Amino acid sequence: MTKTMDNNVNFTNSEIKYRQDFAIIAGWVRFGSKVLDLGCGDGSLLQFLHSSLEARAYGVEKDDANWLACLQNGTNVIQMDLEAGLSGFEDQSFDTVILSQTLQAMHNTEAIVQEMLRVGREVIVTFPNFGYWRNRLQITAGSMPVSKTLPYQWYDTPNVHLCTINDFDKFCKNHKIEVMERKVITDAQEISFMPNFLGNLAMYRLKAA
Amino acid sequence: MSEHNSIGIVKAQTAHFDTPLNLKSGGTLPQFHLVYETYGTLNADKSNAVIICHALSGNHHVAGRYAETDKNAGWWDNLIGPNKPLDTNKFFVIGLNNLGGCHGSSGPSSINPETNQPFGASFPIVTVEDWVNSQVRLLEHLGISTLAAVVGGSLGGMQALQWTIAYPDLVRHALVIASAPNLTAQNIAFNEVARQAIMTDPEFYAGDYYAHNTVPRRGLRIARMLGHITYLSDDAMGEKFGRKLKDTIKYGFDVEFEMESYLRYQGDKFAGEFDANTYLRMTRALDYYDPALEFDNDLSAALKVAKAQFLVVSFTSDWRFSPARSREIVKALLDNERTVSYAEVTAAHGHDAFLMPDAHYHAILRTYLQKIEV
Repeated sequence: MTKTMDNNVNFTNSEIKYRQDFAIIAGWVRFGSKVLDLGCGDGSLLQFLHSSLEARAYGVEKDDANWLACLQNGTNVIQMDLEAGLSGFEDQSFDTVILSQTLQAMHNTEAIVQEMLRVGREVIVTFPNFGYWRNRLQITAGSMPVSKTLPYQWYDTPNVHLCTINDFDKFCKNHKIEVMERKVITDAQEISFMPNFLGNLAMYRLKAA
Repeated sequence: MSEHNSIGIVKAQTAHFDTPLNLKSGGTLPQFHLVYETYGTLNADKSNAVIICHALSGNHHVAGRYAETDKNAGWWDNLIGPNKPLDTNKFFVIGLNNLGGCHGSSGPSSINPETNQPFGASFPIVTVEDWVNSQVRLLEHLGISTLAAVVGGSLGGMQALQWTIAYPDLVRHALVIASAPNLTAQNIAFNEVARQAIMTDPEFYAGDYYAHNTVPRRGLRIARMLGHITYLSDDAMGEKFGRKLKDTIKYGFDVEFEMESYLRYQGDKFAGEFDANTYLRMTRALDYYDPALEFDNDLSAALKVAKAQFLVVSFTSDWRFSPARSREIVKALLDNERTVSYAEVTAAHGHDAFLMPDAHYHAILRTYLQKIEV
C-alpha cells in the first residue's frame, strides 16, 4: 500500500510534518467529531485530527508493526482485516469514516465503500489517480508506472484495484453515492484544470445519496 | 537472585476480614481470608497499584520464587518483574488467590471456624462478582483506593471486565486478555464434563471427601486432561506431539502416544495439588458470569457505566475464548465511545498463548503499560 511508503516519514506529537492531504481531510472533519480511519498506518492522520480538531479518533489497522506504532502514539486502534467488513461497528456510529490511500489495495472494494457509508455519516476516500499524466507517460513508453505514489513493481505491488478519477466518478454515480466535495492534488498543489490528467492524488468527500 | 529480571524471592501474606461478605448467590461469608503476594513498591500517592486476576487454576503466586531452589517461578513470571513488560520498578503488583481457591484463601478445603472442620460441600458458590467485591476488600486492607490497572487473562479477564462495571471509579485501565463477556454453550459443556468426572468419582463423597481422608483424584485428573485438550490448538498439539510414540505400538491401552503421556502427566500433577471442590466452583463462576444478562443481553448497556481505558487482546488460534468473543467486548466499548485498543495476536498455542512470552504479545503489553501514568 502507498500508505506504508508514506509512513516512512515519522510524525511525533511535537513535530507533525505538514501534509496537504491531511490538511484537506481536516477541512472536511468537524471539530470534536467522531472519526474512524481505516488502514490507519501508524496513526499519524488520527493524531493530526485529534490535536487540531479534538476529534474522537479510532483507527483500524491489520499490520502488527503499524498497530504497535498506533498504541505507542496513543491512538485507539482496533486490529482487524478490512476485507472482512466492519461488522464490529454500528450503523451511522461515526461522523466520518476515512480510507486514506488504501482503496487501491482492497480486494472487496465495493463492499468496503458500502460498509463505510453504513458506519459513517460522511466518508472520505483518497487514492492515487492512475490517470495522472506521468502514469500515462510510463504506460505509453511501454512500462507499468512506478512513482512516489505508486512505488511498487508490477510483481510486488499490493495495489490490485487502481483507478482513475473518471472511473471513481462513474463508480459513485452507479452506486448512488453523493460526491459532496472532490479535491485533487499534485505535490501539495490543488489541481482544478484537467484533474484526471494533471492530478496525482484524488480526494473525495462522500455520503449516501 | 541470579536470574535476569526476576523479582527474586517473594513471600505470601494473608489478610483476614471479619466484615461479612454478601454473595451473589444470596449467601454470606461471615468472615474470610485472602492470601496474596505483592511485587514492587507502592508509591507515595498510591497511584501505581496493579491487580492480577487469576484464571481457573491460578493463584496468588504470580511471579518470583519462594526459595532460590524452587524449580518453578510464579505462573506469570515471564510478564512481571523489574524491566519486564509489567515493570515492578514502576508498578506495585498484587496477586491473590480467589475466594473458593485451594492455595490459602478461604475455600472448600480450608477450615470452617464455626465447625473446625473443612468447609467441603458447605463452602458457598462464589462468582466473578463476589471475587471482585472481595478484591476491593483486599485493596482497602492495603490502603489503596484506586488501581492503575487490573490485568487478567481468561477467567481473569472476566474479573478485569467486572472491575470496570462494578467499580468504575476505582480502576483506570483494564487489560482484558483471551477472555469473553460470557461463556459459549460449548464452553459450559466442557465445564460440565469436567464436573461430572469429579462428581461421579466414588471418592467424591458429595464434596465432603476430606472427612473420608481421600480425594476424587481420578475425576480431577480427567477434568484436567479435558481442560488441557481445549487450551491447546489442534495445530499446536500436532506440532508438539503429532503421532509420536514413546516406543512402539503394543496393541494395548497403556501410554503409547506422546500425547497420552503428556495428558496423563498433566492430569496426575494437577490431581496431586488441586482441590476438586475448588475446580467445581471455578468452572461454575465461569459458567455464571454474564454481565449483559440483566441488561436484556445488551453488553453495550452493561458496559455503559465503565470508565476505564481498555486494552483487549485475543489470540488467533484460541478456540475456547475466540477472537470473536473479544470483539464483542470491543464493540460494546466502541458503542459507548470508550478508550479502547484491540490486538488480535497471531499465535499457534491456542488459549494457552496468553501465558506465553510471545515477543509481539509482550511488546503490546509493555507498550500499553509504559504509557500508563502513575
